[in-house]
Amino acid sequence: MVVFQKPKSLTDVPFHYCPGCTHGIIHRLVAETIDELGIEGKTIGIAPVGCAVLAYNYFACDMVEAAHGRAPAVATGVKRAEPDNIVFTYQGDGDLASIGMAETVHAATRNENITVIFVNNAIYGMTGGQMAPTSLPGQVTQTSPYGRDVNLCGYPVKVCEMLSQLDGPEYIERVAVNSVKNVKAAKKAIKKAFQNQIDKKGFSLIEVVSSCPTNWGMTPKKALEWLEENMIPYYPLGVYKDRSAEKEGK
Amino acid sequence: MNKQILIAGFGGQGVLFAGKFLATKGLIDDKNVSWLPSYGPEMRGGTANCSVIISDDPVGSPIVSEPDCLIAMNLPSLRRYESSVVPGGMIIVDSTLIDEKVERNDVSVFYVPATKMAKDEGFATLANMILCGKLIKEISDMSFEHTTEALQKVIPARKANLLDVNLNALRVGYDY
Amino acid sequence: MTDKVLMKGNEAIAEAAILAGCRFYFGYPITPQTEVAAYMAKRMPKIGSVFLQAESEVAAINMVYGVSAAGKRVMTSSSSPGISLKSEGLSYLAGSDLPALVVNVQRGGPGLGGIQPSQSDYFQATKGGGHGDYKMIVLAPASVQEMASLTVKGFDLADKYRMTSMILADGTMGQMMEPVSLEKVEVTSYEKPWAVTGTKCERKHNIANSLFLVPEELERMNFARFERYKAIEENEVMYESFMMDDAEICVVAYGIAARVSKNAIVEARKKGIKVGLVRPITLWPFPKKVLLDAAEKVKSFISVELSMGQMIEDIELAIKCKRPVTLCNRAGGMIPSPKQVLEAIENADKGGKE
Repeated sequence: MVVFQKPKSLTDVPFHYCPGCTHGIIHRLVAETIDELGIEGKTIGIAPVGCAVLAYNYFACDMVEAAHGRAPAVATGVKRAEPDNIVFTYQGDGDLASIGMAETVHAATRNENITVIFVNNAIYGMTGGQMAPTSLPGQVTQTSPYGRDVNLCGYPVKVCEMLSQLDGPEYIERVAVNSVKNVKAAKKAIKKAFQNQIDKKGFSLIEVVSSCPTNWGMTPKKALEWLEENMIPYYPLGVYKDRSAEKEGK
Repeated sequence: MNKQILIAGFGGQGVLFAGKFLATKGLIDDKNVSWLPSYGPEMRGGTANCSVIISDDPVGSPIVSEPDCLIAMNLPSLRRYESSVVPGGMIIVDSTLIDEKVERNDVSVFYVPATKMAKDEGFATLANMILCGKLIKEISDMSFEHTTEALQKVIPARKANLLDVNLNALRVGYDY
Repeated sequence: MTDKVLMKGNEAIAEAAILAGCRFYFGYPITPQTEVAAYMAKRMPKIGSVFLQAESEVAAINMVYGVSAAGKRVMTSSSSPGISLKSEGLSYLAGSDLPALVVNVQRGGPGLGGIQPSQSDYFQATKGGGHGDYKMIVLAPASVQEMASLTVKGFDLADKYRMTSMILADGTMGQMMEPVSLEKVEVTSYEKPWAVTGTKCERKHNIANSLFLVPEELERMNFARFERYKAIEENEVMYESFMMDDAEICVVAYGIAARVSKNAIVEARKKGIKVGLVRPITLWPFPKKVLLDAAEKVKSFISVELSMGQMIEDIELAIKCKRPVTLCNRAGGMIPSPKQVLEAIENADKGGKE
């Protein structure tokens, strides 16, 4: 009896991610969702620039590699070309909330019928640990060596809070992947975000609060603890917008 | 024939429309034609002009810098373009709006009180078409033929009720 | 009476694109090309097709990238400052070997510049614009009819060679009206087995991508791409020769500059000056051979441009500097007059006799 196996929607290419990186978990959650919904043959993923840039090698569905931050615009094109296909973007915090903020906000406000997986680990990973739009106040990074000074470079961007103010988007939820309980909740949210697209409800974004042991300079275990103690208080988990539920008076 | 026509006035006087009508008529008359507007912010209430070329030969540059015919619908336009008209050319002036005279004596000048005529006839916004009518009359290679067809092409279907008044305005100008 | 209709150049591009089977348009307003977007906004929904006003030029070109990756004909249009913004996407399209049609109705620059006609994006169009080694097929219409026909051609070449075709027009071409006949076009459809249309669980996944971290592999991609470019240089050059048979002076001009030049050439001929015109229709591939051949016969060349002199460098390269090339130009939105070009021709004529 098989009790555990790789989802069909992941290829056999080994991940390049650092030990303890949560991208692996999140990739898996997305792939499991695609498998369970039986949509592998019609799913098209859009990879970002950043640590997940090579996601196109890992997902077994058709993939497009977008320019930095442009994934929601590319996804818009792919989705409009074949509206019956399922289109998701997989983006980090620098990609989605900094260089691609305009594309993010406008895809959301158009209620573009796509699914956005937003991995927030509060740092630029691939380029080696620079300050991200979501780096916490006081957080030390390569480009904020004395800690993020909010007087100098402003406050972190709270993507879910911001996007949920728009009339456009269907579903906005923030989850985390630091514990078994939270991973299970994350899976549920991601599945809902894909189901929404199948049901033609529109734009769903799941922010996944995650860790970066390498660039945070911590062990994987310590990083998850830091996430729980620092990230989650600043980025509270939960559903920020669920238009269908609102309509039903829930 | 090769007629280089410049129509100039304020934005809102129908300068571009008049040009479009003439070019369309030229096309129906089986001529080579081009129409080039001035464009940009000056369209909104400032000066507007358009170049129209109606020719037996293929049109080279669509820019009319030395017109054979100038229709001047306001004083700044007359002053700006008067000197560029080729010797022996023609200037048609809306004399309701321009009370000064053309200074050149090597061109034919026609003073048409088009704005007043349009008002008196009950189609106050059609001074442009009155001046076009006069132009058609004075260009020996042009005739009143195909006028209705041209109007049908340039007036959108939803404004078809304006066809007759435009035709009248052209006729009034032609007969002036 | 003909079946021709009077149409603005910008509108002719839009209608021709629809005739060529383009069902996706993404754009952002900018003078003097906004009529393309306006026309598409009106027409596309009526034929069940997509017009979308993007949040920026950057987003628009990336939407183009997405549709193209999905294997459909797609276009965007803009004017100079907007093309600078799209340049990132142009580079990615090239790097991913994706076809697209991009229209630049040029205005004066640099910076915000002005809104009057210009040809000062020649370098940007023919030498890259975006980063990396790549080319675009650059088509330069000189009439409203060509705005239409080169749009159709541009889509075809883009699909054929899996790259971007750019219509490099200028404000005059976009704004002017001329008679145009828009006939049904035979649209060649190209197999696109590389498109991301969903695997249907029947094939290995397709990836539209410009990232190749192994330098040997990236080099191989570049060499392969340039093999294709070579084929284009051999097969797709287009130009018009005008009064060149006995010409002693060769004017080289494209777009509106070519039309002004024709007037001047006709006048010069009346004065007995043997002058002709080579009008490049493809700016890349540049008509090198016809110019090199002309260099054997003519005593000099004149480059007429609405720029500070950009194409002139390609002329000098094409003729291997065998003959002098002078520049006759205006810039910043100004257009040379036939008189100015005539003077340049007369000067060239005198120069040759001394």
